Formats: sequence, C-alpha cells, structure tokens
Amino acid sequence: MPNVSMTVNGRNVSGEIEGRTLLSEFIRDTLQLTGTHVGCDTSQCGACVVHADGRAVKSCTMFAWEAEGADIVSIEGMANADGSLGVIQQAFQDNHGLQCGFCTPGMVMSAAALLQDNPDPSEAEIRDYLEGNICRCTGYHNIVKAIQAAAGSLRAAA
Amino acid sequence: MPKDFGIGASTKRREDARFLTGNGQYTDDINIHGQAYAHFLRSQVAHGKISAVNVEAAAAMPGVIRIFTGADFEGVGGLPCGWQVTDRHGEPMKEPGHPVLAQGKVRHVGDPIAAVVAESAAEARDAAEAIEVEIEELPAVIDMKAAVEGGPLVHDDIGSNLCYDWGFIEDNRDEVDAAIRDAHHVTTLELTNNRLVPNAMEPRVAVGDYNAANDESTLYTTSQNPHVIRLLMGAFVLAVPEHKLRVVAPDVGGGFGSKIFHYAEEAFCTLAARQLRRAVKWTASRSEAFVTDAHGRDHVTRIELALDDGGHFVAIRTSTLANLGAYLSTFAPSIPTWLHGTLMAGNYRTPLIYVNVRAVFTNTVPVDAYRGAGRPEATFQLERVIDKAARELGIDPIEIRRRNFIAAEDFPYATPVALEYDTGNYHATMDRLEEIADLQGFEARAETSQAKGKLRGLGVNCYIEACGIAPSNLVGQLGARAGLYESATVRVNATGSVTVMTGSHSHGQGHETTFPQVVADMLGIEEGQVNILHGDTANTPMGMGTYGSRSIAVGGAAMVRATEKIISKAKKIAAHLMEASAEDIEFSEGAFKVAGTDKQVAWGDVCLAAYVPHNYPLAELEPGLEETAFYDPANFTFPAGAYACEVELDPETGKVDVCSFAAADDFGNIINPMIVDGQVHGGIAQGVGQALLENAVYDSDGQLLSGSYMDYAMPRADDVPSFTVDHSCQTPCTHNPLGVKGCGEAGAIGSPPAVVNAVVDALSRGGYEVAHIDMPLSPSRVWQAMNA
Ligand code: FES
Ligand code: FES
Repeated sequence: MPNVSMTVNGRNVSGEIEGRTLLSEFIRDTLQLTGTHVGCDTSQCGACVVHADGRAVKSCTMFAWEAEGADIVSIEGMANADGSLGVIQQAFQDNHGLQCGFCTPGMVMSAAALLQDNPDPSEAEIRDYLEGNICRCTGYHNIVKAIQAAAGSLRAAA
Repeated sequence: MPKDFGIGASTKRREDARFLTGNGQYTDDINIHGQAYAHFLRSQVAHGKISAVNVEAAAAMPGVIRIFTGADFEGVGGLPCGWQVTDRHGEPMKEPGHPVLAQGKVRHVGDPIAAVVAESAAEARDAAEAIEVEIEELPAVIDMKAAVEGGPLVHDDIGSNLCYDWGFIEDNRDEVDAAIRDAHHVTTLELTNNRLVPNAMEPRVAVGDYNAANDESTLYTTSQNPHVIRLLMGAFVLAVPEHKLRVVAPDVGGGFGSKIFHYAEEAFCTLAARQLRRAVKWTASRSEAFVTDAHGRDHVTRIELALDDGGHFVAIRTSTLANLGAYLSTFAPSIPTWLHGTLMAGNYRTPLIYVNVRAVFTNTVPVDAYRGAGRPEATFQLERVIDKAARELGIDPIEIRRRNFIAAEDFPYATPVALEYDTGNYHATMDRLEEIADLQGFEARAETSQAKGKLRGLGVNCYIEACGIAPSNLVGQLGARAGLYESATVRVNATGSVTVMTGSHSHGQGHETTFPQVVADMLGIEEGQVNILHGDTANTPMGMGTYGSRSIAVGGAAMVRATEKIISKAKKIAAHLMEASAEDIEFSEGAFKVAGTDKQVAWGDVCLAAYVPHNYPLAELEPGLEETAFYDPANFTFPAGAYACEVELDPETGKVDVCSFAAADDFGNIINPMIVDGQVHGGIAQGVGQALLENAVYDSDGQLLSGSYMDYAMPRADDVPSFTVDHSCQTPCTHNPLGVKGCGEAGAIGSPPAVVNAVVDALSRGGYEVAHIDMPLSPSRVWQAMNA
C-alpha cells in the first residue's frame, strides 16, 4: 500500500493508504482525528470540511493521496494554543450555534474560511456561503448570529 | 430581569466545549480493538421473492470473516412493534413479522438480504457486491389507495394491505355525520402530508461487542433511548437478559424521532459479535440512511369542517390514509392514531369530531415518528381547512380563529377527542404574535413587494401539541406496550457535588446544561457542582428516553422528585447535627437553618456527614445521600402557540421566498430560554423544509427517487430567514412540579400550515383563486396551480 505524508494541525503525519482512501477516512480512521465528520456520500453536507493549504475543502471529495504534502487543518487545530476556544468556536458557544454538534466542525471550518476572505459579511453573504453545509438542528439562525459575532470580534482584534 | 443562574437562566452549554473542538464521542468515533466491519446487501427492488442467495464466491473474497443471510436468523425473533392499535370494530391491528434479515421475500428497496462481516469496511463492501442474489420480482404496491383497493399484497399472510381501520370516537360517528349534513356551511379539503426523511446529520451506526469471559454483550448505538433498545432487542429479538446486555448511546448527532426505533442493524451487530467473538461495527452511508431510517408523515386526508352562520365550528370529520411502509416500525401504529386523532380539536371549541384512519402497508421504507409525529399532520389539515373556511365565508383568518378559541377561563378543558387541556391562553399568544410579527405593517410590506413585481402573502395559524405522553396505565389501555415514565437518580457526593443519572437522552437538546440548572437551583449550589450521566444502561436507571418533547416535562420531573427526596433526607441529617427536630429545619440557598434561630449548617457539611457518619443518627437513618425517583405524569402537557409567515412569490417562476417567520409560543415555565429559542428555530426550519422543499418520492416501481441530498432538498442556510420567536406568554403546566410543557416539536408542528396559508394568500392577492397546493410548494407546483 502506498504511503502518504502531510501536515495536519501543524504535525507531520504519514500513513498507508489505498488508492481509494478518502482524505476524510485518512483523517478519521488513520489519524483518529474524529472531529471531522462524515454526513453524506454525495459531497453535499459539509460535515467533513477541513482546510487544505488555507482553503476550505470537503475532505470526502479528496483522495488522501491528493493531499500529499498539503497543510491540513481540522477542527482539532482550531482552539487557541492554551486549549481555550478560538474566537469562532467561542462565538458558536456564546450564540448557541450548535445543538447536536454533528455539523459543527464543518460549520466552524467553513466560517473560518469565509471570514478570512470576507471579514465583514452580511447576513445574506453568510447564508449564501453556507450553502454547502447542512445543519438539521439549529435552523441556521444562531449559526448566522455566531458568525456575525465572530466577525465583529475578529475585526475588533485586528 | 433575566436570571443568570438556575431555572430561567440562559446558561451557555457545557457540552459545546467538546463539540466545538472535535472531542465529541459519537458512535462512529468508537473503535474497539480487533473490531470487524459489517456491510449489508440490500434489496434493489421494492418487492420480490428471494429464490437464491449464493454467497460462495463472496465468502472467498479477501478479508471476509462470515456472511449471514436470513437463514441464520430463523431462530431469532423479529423486530417487535411497541404499540397495538385496536380497530373500529374492536379487532387488533394486523401485525406481520419483521425479520432482521429478509426471509423469503423483500418488501422495500433497502430491505437487508445478507450481511458480510470482514476485516475492513472496504472488504465487506467489496464482498457484498460479489453475493449472487436471485430475486423473482413481484409487482410493487406504492400508492396507498391501490394498496387498500386490492393491489399486490406486501404480506401474504395477513390477507390485505390494511393494518387497521381506526375510528375515533366511533360512538360519535352518527352524531358528527348528522351535524355535518345539517350544517350552515361545510368546507372540505383534500390534502397530502408529504413523506419526509428525517435526516439527522449523523447517520446511524451500531457497534456490537461481546465479552465471552462473562457472557456480556455491549451495543453502542445512535439511539434516543438506550433502555428501550435494550428491552426490545434483549427480550424480543436475541433473548439476552438485561443484566448481560448493555446499551450505550453516546453523543448522538440528532434524532428527530428516527433514532427512537429498534433497527435490524443493532440486533445484527450484537448477535454477530456474540457469534464471532469480536466486535462488529456498521456505519450507515447517507444513501443507506435514506432507504432504512424510518420515514415520517405520508398521510392523505379529506377533512370537512362544518360551521354555523356565525362562523363557529360545529363539527369536524376526517378520513385519512396513513402509510406504514413495508413493516411496522417500533411505534408506527400509534402515530396516525393516538398522536394524531386526539389533536383534532386544536385550540378550538369544536363540539363534535370524528376521525377515521386507515393505515396501510406498501412496498416502501417503514414510516414512524418524525419530529411532531402525528401532531403536525393534525395541525396541518385543521389549520388549512380553517383558512379555507375563512376565505369561503369572507372572515379574517385571525378573527375566525379567535371566534372559536377555547377561552382562558375554560381551562381545564375537555375536548371531544379524549384530551383534557390543563392550561393555555390562546388569545394571549395570538396577541403576542400580532405584535412580534408586526401584522399591522403587513399591507405596507405587500405594496413594496408589489412594486418589485412580487406577490406578498401572510399566513397565520395556531397549533397545540400534546407532549410527554402519559400516564402509563392510560397509554397501556390505548395499546402501548411500554410504560411512559422517566427516571432519575440523584447522587450527592461526599463533598457536596452532585451526579444525576437520568433515563432521558440528549442528542442536541442540551440536557447536560439544563438538567443541572434545575438541580443546582433546588439545592442552592453552583451549576458547575452538578453533572449528569445519560445514555448508558450500565449507569443510569431504567428510562424511556427522549422523544415527544418529554425530557424536561417527564425526565425533569423525575429529577425534581429525586432531589426533593434528597432535601428531605438532608434535613433529617441537619436536624441531627443541630440537635433540632427535622420539622423545624428550613433549607434555602444551600444552608439548613433551624427556624427562628440563627443556627445553621452548610450543604457541604450535611453531605460529608452522610458519608462520614460519625455524628449521625445511624439507628434511624441510612448513611449516604442518593435517591432515585420514577415519575409517571398524570396527563400530557399542552404547549400551544400562534405562528405567522410572510412569503414573497415570484409570479413569473412560482418561486416562494420566506421573508419572515414569527412564532409566539406558550411552553409554560422555561428552564433555559436560549435553548428553547434554538429548539423553536430548528423546528421551524424543518417545517419550512416540509412546506417548500422536502419530499420523499417513490416511482411506481418503488424506487426512491429522492434518495440523496442531490434530490432530497434539505433546507439550507439560504432557504430560511432569521426567525422572530417569543415565549413570554406562559401558562404553567398544572400537573408537573416544574410547570413545564416541552418545546422540542412545536416549531415543526406549527410552521407548515403558516407557509402554505401564506402562499395561498399571496396568490389570492395576485388574483389567483387557488384553494390549496400540496406540499412541498416547489416553483413548478405553484406555477402549475397559477396556470391551471
Ligand atoms: S461528508 Fe463530505 S460533504 Fe458530506
Ligand atoms: S447542530 Fe445538529 S446538525 Fe447542526
């Protein structure tokens, strides 16, 4: 079986894969980073979103070998160095932006990517950007609020 | 002043810390050393005779450990049904078998035929593809009408596709018929309550484990009620007694009803692990979830509403066909009957009601409870027919509702469909709605829309739901094969912190935060001093789990009762410590005081004395401070509310946008307003989804056409607006100790009629007289209705 190497949350990792191994499977099964979730098999739900070289990607739509040498960040890499919640994570808690938590890692990763590109998104822009992340619990109301709050905090800190 | 602690405070959720950092532990995150993987070979056809299953080639594939077929399960019980409905002639419903793996016949696309257990998930999948199955395809019956009118039989042994023909209340039938015959006006509506796929974002997972040394099985499963699964699977399917069977439902990624039921894969993984002596794991793909998770709704109804010349309701008669799918799912028979017929009075004084439901088998996935379960079906038809009646009679839709409301002074109110509403104030919730939705400003907004070439519509409706189904002896008479109590053990630790073990289960509702709010408030200690354990039969008392908005109303009540027992015992200990009589002890803010004196001992000192009983009345009192309570409610609770939806419709395309949605709910007392808001938001999004987007569509051969997120339109962030929700109108429940009513399902129950009413209103304002459009109101359906 071929080997693949990449950086995940700042750590160099490598592991054996099959050609068909998805990046999401590599992250969950090989690396045991189970914060990245798999909610569908048609690349629709966004529960599996991670960052690859700074861009949000659905890790179920990439083969693990496609991430060779890439810099991957998953939800486990989003907290502050001291373990406290990062700004976006904290905003999700403060605004009750999660219920069952299953979509949450993907939501946080998507939100982070959005705010990198657009530090002051309107409600419509947030809703539009989240088109690829399905949440069945929250009705999105508090997710949108959380992202707006996070945007405000990040701008204030900038 | 909003509270910042205890009951009524918007305490932030403690569970979020793990969910936000990737540290949640969902069932698929559990891996047991040496585990094998199961993959199910499922029927591709809706109906057929299995003539041969040849596993020889597949068994020789790499990594295959064993292949199971229906024959391996002949000695095993079928999946049981937990509710027996009696039909209108006094006969029990038809109850066909539901094997773990198909025996002889397949009855829906997705029915499991064989299961491969292999060293890896990929090997199991590969081998399943190599199994040769010969199926003699039979004509499928999909349409409910065809099913009752002599279509092919789903179950040959029961002689028809009719499970039951239920009349409620049968003795009232003639009187209702006469009232409708003689009425001043009768409004009739035929409608469909569209079939939905619950789609919790976490697909189902089961991990069976077996410890041969002590003959103990453990099942990790995505369940809303681990004790119920243990009982059903242990007693009826596998014949494993409870003390040898542990069921764990860890973090669960949403349920909405679909994870109440006992599914074949749970029994399979548990049994396979016992036989293979190693853990067996199965994880559903989303495609698999679409064809195996129990679906929801799927009713076709004709409703007649009779009114007098003053616009007062005089009678309601309904006739419904309810789809059960191919097998009876765990609680399926109760949904179209007791959870639907009993709600037909709604918020109104209708003296005469008769409900007829014929439940039918078809070659489709089983149908069971989905958020609201029966109550959305009742609310939708009632609130739609009222709207239609208002239009026909030229009465304002809010006015016609107000004219018929049960008045605040009429409570407790006995309905003609067997319920007794304890409290409510429907005029007050409607008043609240008119304010928060700014209904005054609607006409101005409609003009703005018109200027853009859009049609704006306003839809208003009410709902009532019955939560916390109870009491057990009554539901037993109605056919329930389970009790509907809840349990809690409150364990006070020696240094005064508290662990609560509850039979309720949290899969997004936030119990880990709200339950401690209640106990901490009662004991006058910090919320952080209390935590809860749930979801594991090994460390929680027998509980019925979480569904039907019952957790705080029933589970919370059990916890209150257990805490009261704690306080009562602690007072005796305090009395001893202060050499006073227990009757003179007052407990408040975490201190025990002797009334009328300045003597007091702190909570922590009493707890320590209970566990280090040196100075302790050992002759009269056991040491320790731990109490269990089982709470069986005296009645249902009755949350109710009024909802308003505004839509903008594009007459060129028929596309509907929801511009605003307002909900004024009465949930009685509230533990955590932030969490209640969130529950309502989520429910409304599901209701808007049902009204505009979601539809489980079968073709006539029984293929599920909307079997993935490419075809089944889940509501996404840009399909819904931000919501305006309010629960300041509170009429506390009179029969549970917290005065709470429950809030989990309200949004999903109350919102679909508001959306459809709004679309019909928009069309009517545009000059299109459209009486009704069936959900989902997709652009093509709306456009067709406009251009019919
Ligand atoms: S799991 Fe990747 S999009 Fe659904
Ligand atoms: S919080 Fe449950 S799916 Fe989003």
